[in-house]
Amino acid sequence: MSLAVELNDVSYAYAQGPPVLRDVDLGIAPGELVGIAGPNGGGKTTLVRLVLGLLRPTRGEVLLFGEPPQRSSRRARLGYLPQRAQLGTDAPVTVDEVVAAGRVGSGPLLGPLRSGDRDVVAEAIERVGLADVAHRPLATLSGGQQQRAFIAKALAGRPSLLVLDEPTTGVDAESQEALADLLDRLHRELKVTVLYVSHEFGAIERYVDRLVLVRGTVVFDGHPSALPDVWHDPSHVHA
Amino acid sequence: MLDSEFMRLAFAAGAVVGLLAPAVGFFLVQRRMSLIGDGIGHVAFAGVAAGYLLGISPVLTALVAAVAGGLAIEWLRANRRTAGDQALAFVFYTGIAGGVVIVSAAGAFDVDLFSFLFGSILTVSPQDVALAAVLGAAALIAIALLYRALAAIVLDEEAAVVAGVPVRTLNLLLVVLSALTVAVSMRIVGILLIAALMVLPVMAASRVAWSMRSALALAMGVGLASVFGGLSIAYYADAPPGGTIVLLAAAAFLLASGVEAVRAR
Repeated sequence: MSLAVELNDVSYAYAQGPPVLRDVDLGIAPGELVGIAGPNGGGKTTLVRLVLGLLRPTRGEVLLFGEPPQRSSRRARLGYLPQRAQLGTDAPVTVDEVVAAGRVGSGPLLGPLRSGDRDVVAEAIERVGLADVAHRPLATLSGGQQQRAFIAKALAGRPSLLVLDEPTTGVDAESQEALADLLDRLHRELKVTVLYVSHEFGAIERYVDRLVLVRGTVVFDGHPSALPDVWHDPSHVHA
Repeated sequence: MLDSEFMRLAFAAGAVVGLLAPAVGFFLVQRRMSLIGDGIGHVAFAGVAAGYLLGISPVLTALVAAVAGGLAIEWLRANRRTAGDQALAFVFYTGIAGGVVIVSAAGAFDVDLFSFLFGSILTVSPQDVALAAVLGAAALIAIALLYRALAAIVLDEEAAVVAGVPVRTLNLLLVVLSALTVAVSMRIVGILLIAALMVLPVMAASRVAWSMRSALALAMGVGLASVFGGLSIAYYADAPPGGTIVLLAAAAFLLASGVEAVRAR
C-alpha cells in the first residue's frame, strides 16, 4: 500500500532566493495524525504546499498516495484549510454555502449540488456542531465557529488527507482547545490522514503520536515525548 | 413610451444588459477585479474604431477586441508579468489611445461614435437585440451551470485549485464573459459606463443580502431596475441612457448603505 505522503530528497527555493527547504525525506502512512511544527519562516507552509501540489520541488520527488500531486486521482479528496483561512469575498456567505464549496471537486463541475452531495454537506456541518447556525451568515459567528465552518468545508470532500495550516491562529484559547478536541475526534471517527501545521508545539503535541519539526529541513521526526527539551525553548520556536 | 419601436428595442436589449452585467460583475467584484470591465471597455473602444475604419459592424469588432483585451489582462495577471493593476493600466491606456488614433484615421469623430461611448436609446437595432439575446442567454446559462465552481473560487481560490477545479480555465471564461457583456451592453449603456453597471448593483446588493445567492439575485434585480428606470428617464428627459442608468445604480448603492447603517444600530 502506498504512503499517503512521500517526500524523497526534496528541496525548494523561491525564485532567486536561498532554499527554504533542503534534503527533506518524509513518509506518512494513511490514517496517521502528524503534527508539523517549527519556527515561523522554517518552511512548514512550503512543505504542505509541496504536498498539495501548489508548488513543485526544485529538486526531489513528492508523491501523494503514490502519484505526483498535480496528477493525483485523489485531488478531489484533499481537504485543505489554508493559513489564516478567510473568505475571499465581502458578500455575505452562509455556513452551508461555505461548506458546499468544499464539495466542488467531487462529482460533475456543472449544475447544482445533487441530493447526495447535499447530504454530505449537512453531515459535515453536523460533525463540527454548526447545524443550528447552518443558514446564518458566517460573519455573524465567533472566530472559533468560523474556523469550524472552514474545517467542515475541508471535510465536505470526504478527504483522504486533511491538511490544516495554523488552524488556531486568531482563535481564543478556549476555542483552540475545542478545535483540538474536534480534530482528535474527527481523526478517530473518520480514520483520515491529518497533517496539522502549527508553530506552537503546545497546541498539538498532546494530540499527535508523531511530531515532525521543520527548520529548513526535518530536524526531528518522532513521538512528541522524545522531543529534546531544547526544542521547547521559545527562542528556538520563534528563531 | 412603449408605443415607439425604438423604446421597445431599447427595453428588450436593456433587459438582457440589466441582468447580465451584474451577474458577470458579481464574480469580478468578489474577486477584487472590479476595474477589469473598465479595461475591457476601453479596448472595445479601439474595436469600435476598427469597425469604422474597416467598414464592418462595430459591435462585432468591439466583441473581438474586448475578448482579446480581456485575455491579455488575464494572461499578464496570471503569469505575473506585471502586477494586476499595471496589467489593467497597460491594456486600459493602449485601448483608448489606439481607439483615438484609429477613429481619427477613419474620420469618424461624430454623433454615432458618441452613442457608443455613452449609450443611446435611438440606435438599438433589431439585430442588436437579437445579438444581445443570443449572447446574453448563452452567458447567463454558462454562469448558472458553473455557479458552484465560480463561487468556490470566490470563497477560496487556492482550496479550489487543490480540489482539482480548473481555476485557470474558469478565470479565462470569466474574462471572456466580461468581454461579451461589454459588447452586448455598449449600445445601451455605452463603453465608458458599462463597467459601472457590472459593479454598482453588486456593491448595493452586498450591503443588504443575507447569503451569496441572495446577493447575486439582488444584484441582478438592482441592475434590471436601474436599466428600466434609466431608459425611462432618458426617454422623458432626453438624456443619454448610460448616465441615467448608472446614476440610478449609484443611488441604489447609497440607499442600500443607508439600510445597512440603520440595521447596524
